[in-house]
Amino acid sequence: MNKIWLIIQREFLTRVQKKSFLITTILVPLIFPAIIGVLVYIMKKEAEAAKADTVQVVDESGKFIFENGRQFTFVPLSMSLEQAKKTYNETKDFALLYIPPFDMNKPEGMVMYTKENPSLQKVGNLESILQDRIRDLKLEEYKIDKETLKGLKVDVNLKQINLSETGEEKSSNSGILYGLGFGLGILIYMFVLVYGIQIMQGVIDEKTSKIVEIIVSSVKPFQLMLGKIVGIASVGLLQFTIWIILITVLSTGALSYFGLKMPQKQAMEEMTKSMGNEEMKQAMNQQDSKINELLGNVGQLPLGKIAFVFVFYFLGGYLLYGALFAAVGSAVESMQESQQFQFPITLPLLIGYFGLFMFILRDPHGPVSFWLSVIPFTSPVAMVGRIAFDVPTWELALSMVLLIGGFLFTTWIAGRIYRVGILMTGTKVSWKVLAKWFLMKS
Amino acid sequence: MDALIVKDVNKVYSTHKALDNVSITIPEKTIFGLLGPNGAGKTTLIRIINQIINADSGEILIFGEKLRPNHIEIIGYLPEERGLYKKMKVGDQLLYLAQLKGLSRHDALARIKVWLEKFEIKDWWHKKVEDLSKGMAQKVQFISTVLHEPKLIILDEPFSGFDPVNAQLITEKILELKENGSTIIFSTHRMETVEALCDHIALINKSKKILEGPKKQIKDGYRSNTFLVEHRGNHLILAPEKYEVKGQVKIEDDLYSTTIKAADGIKGNQVIRDLIDITELHSFQEKVPSMADIFISLVKGEGDEALKKHLQEV
Repeated sequence: MNKIWLIIQREFLTRVQKKSFLITTILVPLIFPAIIGVLVYIMKKEAEAAKADTVQVVDESGKFIFENGRQFTFVPLSMSLEQAKKTYNETKDFALLYIPPFDMNKPEGMVMYTKENPSLQKVGNLESILQDRIRDLKLEEYKIDKETLKGLKVDVNLKQINLSETGEEKSSNSGILYGLGFGLGILIYMFVLVYGIQIMQGVIDEKTSKIVEIIVSSVKPFQLMLGKIVGIASVGLLQFTIWIILITVLSTGALSYFGLKMPQKQAMEEMTKSMGNEEMKQAMNQQDSKINELLGNVGQLPLGKIAFVFVFYFLGGYLLYGALFAAVGSAVESMQESQQFQFPITLPLLIGYFGLFMFILRDPHGPVSFWLSVIPFTSPVAMVGRIAFDVPTWELALSMVLLIGGFLFTTWIAGRIYRVGILMTGTKVSWKVLAKWFLMKS
Repeated sequence: MDALIVKDVNKVYSTHKALDNVSITIPEKTIFGLLGPNGAGKTTLIRIINQIINADSGEILIFGEKLRPNHIEIIGYLPEERGLYKKMKVGDQLLYLAQLKGLSRHDALARIKVWLEKFEIKDWWHKKVEDLSKGMAQKVQFISTVLHEPKLIILDEPFSGFDPVNAQLITEKILELKENGSTIIFSTHRMETVEALCDHIALINKSKKILEGPKKQIKDGYRSNTFLVEHRGNHLILAPEKYEVKGQVKIEDDLYSTTIKAADGIKGNQVIRDLIDITELHSFQEKVPSMADIFISLVKGEGDEALKKHLQEV
């Protein structure tokens, strides 16, 4: 036991003392905000720099009145299309729009001439301007005025409330649950893969540097394997904890810098100020209450439980796959050689990952979701993705017990392969060889 | 007391038998040469002694006790395929390996200092192993093997990778360890090492032990009353019922080297007496087979008679 502790210490310290650990631990929490920041900055710059595109219009139908908008400036021409094409070619304008006389029920024959291929978005915007105009014309034809139409439109927002077994009411929001399930599931998937590969790399290093024979003359191979797995797990937990702290501190800092205001709300406030409109104020209050509701929903989520489940499945999934990675590492002599085994052992994890998108987030309580979140090989990703949707306690308990059983099982198998594999060099390894090692008596 | 007794040990791998009923006794405070060609089963035996793998059957006694897991603390093992953690510092590495052998941190630190001083490499403490040359790393490796003052030291090809100066240094340390009461098992192909250092030997070939005993006794067993004589003049006229000339080589001008086999019962002194009368004698020595000769002929599977014949001719 004392020796396992020594091994854990070494595995932990050598990794934590590396520069690369320090760099990734500090940089990763900065990367996402940084990328978002840069994108927002670029978009803002672009929006400022964007000038309305000039569109020349030859309207032979005489039905259109164009208003200049933010995107397009319209220049009506009173000449034939042939002439217009010529003059258009001499200008640098964005497009030449040709509208022939048309049937209101079957508007056809409109053409947009451009010099370069326009973006789909711009074409779509132009199309919708035309459509709006035709719709207005039709409304006039049917003698419906715009105000009546506006009155017809209502906004319905379903408030979701979960009625629990005890009759307690909890309002929920599928959007938040979806996001949470999605984020946590992917996080587990990445963690298990990244740290699993670290285990494998460590085992391969020990084997190729030949130190392993010296170590196993002092400790049992199983102790060495376990020490390595646990040591790397502690590195993962430490890194994760630092990330959580950094992200919390950074986001709190950022929020207080922006004065706790959502950009949307800021824009609204400005509008209200300039217009002083009663209607606007009302809209704003509505918006406010929506945000409050959202925050309330987040607050109502059992965050403590989710955090506990996350850490449990992180460790469980990591231990389950970590042992398999260790076994593969012991059998091969290089990372390249490990490829042939890496994919098959991570396949169930991948299935859990795809199951997350295809089943769990769409139908969190369906049969496929149930099985994915109970079977130990897929449950780390699946259950964590599902947990926000309120999983029945017995399902959670079953899944946890199976996961514990699962990693004890894989550790046992891996240990048997590992003890033989680490001392074997120059063997061409296949699944058959692994099976033989597994069955070999010690 | 014997340091190690191996009794009827068998080990079968799926494709072949690695050890076939091997029994070896290693007396305490000796340097024991475990010899044999590649693939004979030496490494398997050593791994079994180190409890890295288990024997299928048989018994091993270490200083009179049945081999148990905690015995690893009194064994120091230097495998043939050796290595260290490349990214770890020399000091940390030695500390780690010593602690794995059951040494307390405090004791380990003190002993590492002593050994680094012995090898005059005190300033290596903070060097990473990847920055050391192969010979330097071997020194660190050797220290890690003996740091916990093991009573039984197993060295598998200990001199590979050492230049002659360092090989000499290591030899001195090994003899020192023996003086201090350790028993040393050498597994090697280098017969000059065996010749110079080993007291006892055992020869394993094709999974079986084929020879064991004190080196001197084994060599004596292969004596054939053959002598190598350097003398002037190419004519040696000897009584044919007492001597047989096996061969003659011209060394220079009038100086010859002749191999003479004496009949049983004729001792070296008698041979000299007989020779002095008939030639000018320059040197005289009994031809004793070298360990290399014995090793090669046994491994080649020649019978005892053939072996003796071969030994006379070389």
